[in-house]
Amino acid sequence: MEVALCFVVAALFAVALYLLLSKHIIRMLLGVVLLGNAVNLLIFTNGRIGPIAPPIIPDGAEVPLEAVANPLPQALILTAIVISFSFFAFLLVLAYRAYQDLQTDDTDRMRVAEPEDEGLPPLGY
Amino acid sequence: MATESLSALKAEAMTQASVAPIDYAVIMPVIVCFLFGAALLMMRKKVAWHPIVAIPGLVCLLAADLALLWRVATGGPVTMMMGGWKPPFGIAFTADMMGAIFVTVAGFVALCAGIYATASVPGSERRYGFFPFLFLMMGGVSGAFVTGDIFNLYVWFEVLLIGSFGLLILGSQHEQLDGATKYCFLNLVGTTLFLIATGYLYGIFGTLNMADIAEKAKAMEDTTPIFTLAVLYFVSFSMKAAAFPLQSWLPASYHTPRFVTSALFAGLLTKVGVYAAIRVLLMLFPPERAEMAPLFAWVAALTMVFGAFGALAQSDLRRFLNYAVIVGIGNIMVVLALPAAVPGEGGLAMSVGLSGAILYAVHSIVVMTALYLAAGVAAHLAGTSSLHEMGGLWRNNPLFAAVMLVLLFAVSGLPPFSGFWPKVALVRATIAGDLPWLAASILVSGFLLTIASARVFALGFWRPLPAASAADTRAEKNAIVAERFTAAGPEKALSAIPLLALCSFVVIAGVWPQWLLDLTDAAANGIIDPAPYITSVFGGVR
Repeated sequence: MEVALCFVVAALFAVALYLLLSKHIIRMLLGVVLLGNAVNLLIFTNGRIGPIAPPIIPDGAEVPLEAVANPLPQALILTAIVISFSFFAFLLVLAYRAYQDLQTDDTDRMRVAEPEDEGLPPLGY
Repeated sequence: MATESLSALKAEAMTQASVAPIDYAVIMPVIVCFLFGAALLMMRKKVAWHPIVAIPGLVCLLAADLALLWRVATGGPVTMMMGGWKPPFGIAFTADMMGAIFVTVAGFVALCAGIYATASVPGSERRYGFFPFLFLMMGGVSGAFVTGDIFNLYVWFEVLLIGSFGLLILGSQHEQLDGATKYCFLNLVGTTLFLIATGYLYGIFGTLNMADIAEKAKAMEDTTPIFTLAVLYFVSFSMKAAAFPLQSWLPASYHTPRFVTSALFAGLLTKVGVYAAIRVLLMLFPPERAEMAPLFAWVAALTMVFGAFGALAQSDLRRFLNYAVIVGIGNIMVVLALPAAVPGEGGLAMSVGLSGAILYAVHSIVVMTALYLAAGVAAHLAGTSSLHEMGGLWRNNPLFAAVMLVLLFAVSGLPPFSGFWPKVALVRATIAGDLPWLAASILVSGFLLTIASARVFALGFWRPLPAASAADTRAEKNAIVAERFTAAGPEKALSAIPLLALCSFVVIAGVWPQWLLDLTDAAANGIIDPAPYITSVFGGVR
């Protein structure tokens, strides 16, 4: 199970990195989504895939009666999901605003902040 | 039976001991930031109230930071466990000397920038939440400096990042959207790398508490996975800190927002990356870090040389400062390249070098914030921030020009200002650590930055106003830039006070550095020998 998940994680990372290397922002956004999910799955696998019983203590008992799944990676993933989701929402709006404002989603042509023809500083006065 | 086992389990996992009131100082910086941030959010439409609430809030933050520094300086590292869980189960907030120094300096520059912002941030941007974002970002920065849990550190990175996103795009100019796109994507990928590394770390050690990791890493027999971890952490932190070759997002974005926002970013955000790198690589994985020192040496040297050449090539005041930030990062990164602090040979290099690096970080936080704020004033006075068109500021405003000169001297590392002593320590450490070429690169990059700074001063301040930019184009331009450079001139107290405060710190730290060196020496010893840190977390249990 862990080996299989490793391959899934690797495939997700490969696709995410490929998309992030694109110069079009819309593809980079898709890459960010996949990257977030790849990381979540990676944390999950790192917590070891063990018993599938949910980590819930039944009524009347003080400790789990049987071996249960590791809850900590799930807590970490939950945090990471919330963060990556809110970041994705922000990036989506930012990318749309940038597209509206700069008339392009090609990062090679986004040179407003760093114009190409600025030239050297004056060498004397 | 059931109750007995429950109390036994509770005794094992939870602590019932009450927390001494002064120990609440550990979390006060974070609490103050979020309380005031939330309060400001509630009075979003009362724009006029924002400064009245925000400035006392920032004063409270600085007071809390100073209390924490005092507590750590007198009593050693202090830990607070969240929810009463015993370590390593609960989330630990642990402030040691290094964290306390960083958080205090961060509070100081935030107060200065906040005062400056009341004069320079227009009402519309206050309405869109300048001050709430400021407090949110400061909460993230303070949290990152005092947390003792590595996943929690990741969360604080994200908190400060989301706050910085908000500040970066306030105003929605074309340049801002362009710069923000690059800043956001690269920083998001950087923190995701941090998360990946933390996932692996949890898989290897089964714990996220830094004190626990430090102990387990020391006891580990097969250290191969730690190398992978160390490299992953290094890449993600150098992305945050803008180290070569992952630095290009910084010059693409830091000159686009308001000057006061640039100042806060340049002062604080990159230093959080540096802080995390020192914390993780030097405290958690010291032997592995020492083995990879040649890699770090190259990164440090290339970062500072790249930054210095970049600074030479800029014709815009703020874009010059962007590269000056990168030079500083390269200088601080030198500490990662020093030989390990084993007793005897090489021990001197690490203790002197780490103390120097922390001092450099303190100096860099203050001086970069001050320079961006001063650049805002200069741009306001000249109506432009391009070196082609600036001029005559010395004649019109000698006092302001003198402040700028002090700051430029300091950023270049010239005596008698604050940039000099950390450079002396770093050069001494690199020579003691048998890395003369790294010492040479510190000095060469400092020399190049001196040339670049001198040119900025000569063109922007010393020379008379260029005739070419006078007359009609100038008046037209002023109308446009008046909106963009809404800084206040130095005649306004609200912009003069923070500049003078930061500048006097620069002078005091340069002329009378011993008290600062004592603090940074203590901080360096706390990182090299983390035993007090670990004891403070586990309370002598182990």
